[in-house]
Amino acid sequence: MEQTIEQEKIARLEDKARQIRAHIIKMTAAAGSGHPGGSLSAADIVTALYFHLLRIDPQNPAWPDRDRFILSKGHAAPLLYAALAERGFFPVEELLTLRKLGSRLQGHPDMKSLPGVEVSTGSLGQGLSAGNGMALAAKLDGRDYRVFVLLGDGEIQEGMVWEAAMAAAHYRLDNVTAFLDYNGLQIDGPITEVMSPEPVADKWRAFGWDVQEIDGHDIGQIIKAVEAARQVKGKPQMIVAKTCKGKGVSFMENQVDWHGTAPKPEQAEKALAELRCER
Amino acid sequence: MQKIATREAYGEALVELGRENPDVVVLDADLSKSTKTINFKKHFPERFFNMGIAEQNMLGTAAGLAAAGKIPFCSTFAVFAPGRSFDQLRNSIAYPKLNVKIGASHAGITVGEDGATHQSVEDIALVRAVPNMTVFVPADAVETKKVVMAAAEIKGPVYIRLGRAAVPVLHGEDFVFEPGKAVIMREGGDAAIIATGVMVAEALAAAEELSREGISVRVLNIHTIKPLDTEAIISAAKETGAIVTAEEHSVIGGLGSAVAETVCEHYPVPVYRVGIPDVFGESGKPGELMEKYGLTARHLAAAVRKAIRR
Repeated sequence: MEQTIEQEKIARLEDKARQIRAHIIKMTAAAGSGHPGGSLSAADIVTALYFHLLRIDPQNPAWPDRDRFILSKGHAAPLLYAALAERGFFPVEELLTLRKLGSRLQGHPDMKSLPGVEVSTGSLGQGLSAGNGMALAAKLDGRDYRVFVLLGDGEIQEGMVWEAAMAAAHYRLDNVTAFLDYNGLQIDGPITEVMSPEPVADKWRAFGWDVQEIDGHDIGQIIKAVEAARQVKGKPQMIVAKTCKGKGVSFMENQVDWHGTAPKPEQAEKALAELRCER
Repeated sequence: MQKIATREAYGEALVELGRENPDVVVLDADLSKSTKTINFKKHFPERFFNMGIAEQNMLGTAAGLAAAGKIPFCSTFAVFAPGRSFDQLRNSIAYPKLNVKIGASHAGITVGEDGATHQSVEDIALVRAVPNMTVFVPADAVETKKVVMAAAEIKGPVYIRLGRAAVPVLHGEDFVFEPGKAVIMREGGDAAIIATGVMVAEALAAAEELSREGISVRVLNIHTIKPLDTEAIISAAKETGAIVTAEEHSVIGGLGSAVAETVCEHYPVPVYRVGIPDVFGESGKPGELMEKYGLTARHLAAAVRKAIRR
């Protein structure tokens, strides 16, 4: 019986992830620019966080005890916006203003304009440091919130990420859980060809982190990994999530050119049909 | 005259501030003995974070602390913040207007023997160009303490430029500091020296020298580079007709540029910029370097004579 409920919950989350993916297609198509590939690859992780794992209250986005989510790979803004809107932080209709003049939905997330955005990101490599700062503040204040940070696999080529990795372990920030959206592609090609960060899991382990490796499109695995991470004491946790860039839209999957290209109207229509969603 | 380095005053002020305000935290990048944040560490070890030799992460971590309600003061040498960590200052701190303070010590060529790699000559230009920033360059120990206290009250990013070398104490303890308001250190009508930081003392010495020649010089102390007291600068232009700027910084992008921009737009008069002439520094004693790069009272007096003759 318990197993059935769990499966129902996962099915609901999978359906939500499908809706989020459809928003990503609609938004980037309407904007005529943006980053669908890396938004789609992390859609299951972000859905599991916003609709099951995070302790948040959309009516009170400044609640001091809320969990924080930081999209360090800020170019996946369409994904974050879709999740925030679906979760009730702002009206879903506003999603179609993405990247337009005067919109709160800036090309990269702006914490000052949009409720629910915890940190302004976009210049890669900076989100984990900010997360560490919030985690240190939690320890100083005796608060039990957690900080979740989503990093891109190309992003970890930034040296600052490793400064932050070292610091999180040094200060024993067990209230920091990071995800690596390990889709294997960056703008100029496969990460292993551009500048290999391998062996990825070993590097995080060597920096003093608890490391799990999962399938980043399996919502059950994502939830279990976070539940396991919560039990870790004295160490930050990295969840290396193997993903597929462009996941959910057949002609975008594993195609590097969809990193930063918006779908044209007919492509968007095809994508939405695959996602069982009408325009 | 008593001499105290502004970094010493900074270290003392942080302790005072830490006592008053439990939200104040201090971060350093393995230079706490030089920046004097070690004083804060001694009093409040639980609120002090050594981030190691990793300035980018220090500023990024400070952004997160500020986003969670803390008032972080970050310190290292000016060549490393804003120098090495400019993008973090710009994108993680200034763009979201987070409440982070950067107390950068060892600015300018008075660093001395360490040489050019450690002598920041362009930090004012960098931070001044960034939206949302407040930029302070205190002239002495008294001003530094008041700047630190004021910085904690400002909601947003603040840059405080500090020096390594001991400099004369110009103000009494009763000095009233108002952010963004220039201080007339000496009245005069023939010319104005508009100075900042350690150059305020040199400007006063130059004015004294010129008074013996019958030239009356106003000395304006710009402790706040941004927001700039344009009113005081325009008044100086109108009332004296000749301006010399003085800063221990490149003549490009710092106080001299800011004053020239203001005077050009509002009341054009001759402006001569005394500063480091678009070159890197080198090793030497602070006094020797000030002399070699044209930053002493003698050079200021010559620039004033030139400005008046025009």
